[in-house]
Amino acid sequence: MSFLSLEGLSKRFGTHTAVDGLTLAVEKGEFVSLLGPSGCGKTTTLQMIAGFVEPSGGAIRLEGRDLLAMKPAKRGLGIVFQSYALFPHMTVAENVAFGLEMQGVAAVERSKRVGETLELVGLGAFTGRFPRQLSGGQQQRVALARALVIRPQILLLDEPLSNLDAKLREEMQIELRQIQRTVGTTTILVTHDQAEAMALSDRVVVMNHGRAEQIGPPHEAYERPATPFVANFLGRTNLVNGTTVRPEKIWFATSGLAGKVRTRIFQGNHWLYQVETAGGLVTVIRQNTGEAMPGEGESVHLAWDGVPPHATRGEVSAKRTEGS
Amino acid sequence: MSKNGPIALVYHTLFVTFMLAPILVVCFVAFTPEGYLSFPTDRWSLRWFYAIGRYPEFISAFWRSLWLGALSSAIAVAFSVPAALAIGRHRFRGRDAMTALFMSPLMIPHVVLGIAFLRFFTELGLGGTFVGLVLAHIVIVLPFALRLTLASAVGLDRSIEHAAISLGASDGTVLRRITLPLVLPGLVSGWALAFINSFDEVTMTVFIAAPGTETLPVRMFLYIQDNIDPLVTSVSAVVIAVTVAALIVLDRAYGLERLLVGRSVDGR
Amino acid sequence: MKSTPYLLSLPALLLFGAIVVIPLVMTVLLSFHDWGQYKGIEPVFILKNWHEVFTDSYFLEMFGRTFRIAFFVTLFAALLGAPEAYILNRMKSPWRGLFLLVILGPLLISVVARTLGWALLFGGNSGLINKALTSMGLISAPLPFMFTETGVIVALTHVLMPYMVLAVWAALQRLDPQVENAAVALGAGPFTVLRRIVLPQVMPGILSGAIIVFALAASAFATPAIIGGRRLKVASTLAYDEFLNTLNWPLGAAVAVLLLVALVAIVVGASRLVERRYAQVFG
Repeated sequence: MSFLSLEGLSKRFGTHTAVDGLTLAVEKGEFVSLLGPSGCGKTTTLQMIAGFVEPSGGAIRLEGRDLLAMKPAKRGLGIVFQSYALFPHMTVAENVAFGLEMQGVAAVERSKRVGETLELVGLGAFTGRFPRQLSGGQQQRVALARALVIRPQILLLDEPLSNLDAKLREEMQIELRQIQRTVGTTTILVTHDQAEAMALSDRVVVMNHGRAEQIGPPHEAYERPATPFVANFLGRTNLVNGTTVRPEKIWFATSGLAGKVRTRIFQGNHWLYQVETAGGLVTVIRQNTGEAMPGEGESVHLAWDGVPPHATRGEVSAKRTEGS
Repeated sequence: MSKNGPIALVYHTLFVTFMLAPILVVCFVAFTPEGYLSFPTDRWSLRWFYAIGRYPEFISAFWRSLWLGALSSAIAVAFSVPAALAIGRHRFRGRDAMTALFMSPLMIPHVVLGIAFLRFFTELGLGGTFVGLVLAHIVIVLPFALRLTLASAVGLDRSIEHAAISLGASDGTVLRRITLPLVLPGLVSGWALAFINSFDEVTMTVFIAAPGTETLPVRMFLYIQDNIDPLVTSVSAVVIAVTVAALIVLDRAYGLERLLVGRSVDGR
Repeated sequence: MKSTPYLLSLPALLLFGAIVVIPLVMTVLLSFHDWGQYKGIEPVFILKNWHEVFTDSYFLEMFGRTFRIAFFVTLFAALLGAPEAYILNRMKSPWRGLFLLVILGPLLISVVARTLGWALLFGGNSGLINKALTSMGLISAPLPFMFTETGVIVALTHVLMPYMVLAVWAALQRLDPQVENAAVALGAGPFTVLRRIVLPQVMPGILSGAIIVFALAASAFATPAIIGGRRLKVASTLAYDEFLNTLNWPLGAAVAVLLLVALVAIVVGASRLVERRYAQVFG
């Protein structure tokens, strides 16, 4: 029996079906991401687990117990909200202590655990500050500490890093992963950022129109996408003769699919090419190893694993994922 | 942002003069040493401020206005809070009509309200009583209290309350520890704005106040109807001073622009 | 819970039902009652008061004056207040807040005190400005102000001006300052920017300010009572007279109800017009 299970979970708002029969089993200590574009039902799913949205159908079980029968205040889940939702009129320490106070934890024990948790997230020196005196990243850590301090059975993260800038987001991803490993809390992350989901999770649930298109480890979903939607959502793809080829799996060879470089963009650690071929545009990504690369307008040949070059004269189409 | 040109600044100066002149002239004349209306030229005098002490009806009207404003504003805020939570956080049938009803005292001419209250209170035997004044003032200041409580209820991030619930807080605890403290600045400013409006109200009150229950603006109005002398300027100067003091406090505490333009805290 | 919002608003609803709706309905009914010098109010249903209000030229003249005053007050408030709001919006930080306080603050100062100021400045022979101008030999007789429509219009414009500045200021706050810069970058002069870029965008603000000012000017009481005196009656001062001097409540109620109905019609009609005109752009 799995730790947390969603069984045929559905939510309809009027005629619109936000979540459509979602079934998912999460093991204890696992980090699972609900990944998908906005409106795919991932946030609604999280809200149903948290208890802020009532499902139209299906069940949620935590260690076999019916979670839906429990009030949101009794579920004992730690939640980090997209807006952080810190209590603006309380200090950092008071914010973190609030949940322990609600549990009736004695003052001495309370301040000890608050101190430990704030140390864990690296905010030991900020206990007396108010949320508005903190940077976005620091507020994020307070929100995480506040959710973790109550030792929740499950940690729910609702787009926790989306309000941070790119560099900080990457740092926080690493830190979040380390903290989750340290405390071992079962975690469910909701995100629209496929890189974030893949960096953090043991398994990803790629969602579209309220359904799970694929559930599996990030590497598997990326390498063997179950549907075209998953393939496109997890990264750039080229669709050649009905099979998908990732741009970074294509290299320039002396023979193979002939083409001409239309654009070449330098992106620091790699080069991004658009190559015009008989069948259409092919996107190619090559690592920047320092050696000379074909320039714009040059004739090239493209090759990739598993497909003999002569078989690739058919239809070629390149697709790009939004935001990647 | 480009600077204002000289013509704009001249216009601005004239405009500010226009806005301030009548108020300043009242304050200056109040300090006249003469027995008639005149500017204090070579000498300032407080004689007309001392003179207020000889008119007990002004003194009692002043205290009555203070109490009336404080009490009716507090009650108006108490009625506004649940209504603001309903209007600000729920979508329900009749919501717009209800909002329009609560805001209607702003649009209904006060003279009409005065007449309506006069008729109503007379029928009930409340004509000319302080209770009647309080009831009437609750109604006319409620829109101001509601507007500011509504702004803070709408500006409140719902997920903050969800966070408290997820940490195990009961409904009562959420209300007491999270919701109320967060809307408190809105409540206090709503009360203050309501108080000022009650303290200044004359049109409606003149209908329902009797000789024993006149408010300060009503007493001043009736006095001016008979004759204009330096006494009424010194009373007015006191009223202006009280209002300006309240305004400065409000501006520091909440921001006059936010108070009057009515924008939410962070624009979300 | 579906019933939660209704339960929450129930206290205020009951309060307003009891002491707003019922008194207003009673007032409307009162306007149909009869009244006599000796018999007092008779609770019958007759059209006498309404007939009198609509046929007597005295009331026609009085309502004409009321709305004429309201029109000019609105016009002057818009013409003078909108430019000031624009200038205010272009000021730098400490001055901006200070002058906003100075211009909007009077809104909260007693109308009686503010009107008294105008009476002191221009009132008859003792009016301070009149006295000064006469002693300087600039005018031979005091400028007529007290008991004139001009006086009422000037004082009311002053009293209601903050509402106009406030409405235009609020509209200016919604304006993206980059749009002005974009127009300048495209070669527009300051006047063109004002006329083609700023004015169209703040027009809804000016119009909503105008609606507020008009409604308040048409129902103003203290200012016309003090400046206009007993001879220059407007709707609200006339209603006051009927109620507290003549004691003909039914007739006063008819005047007041007519004022209310006329204002509601004008305000709702104008708001609809403004909304329809600007819905496409600012919806």
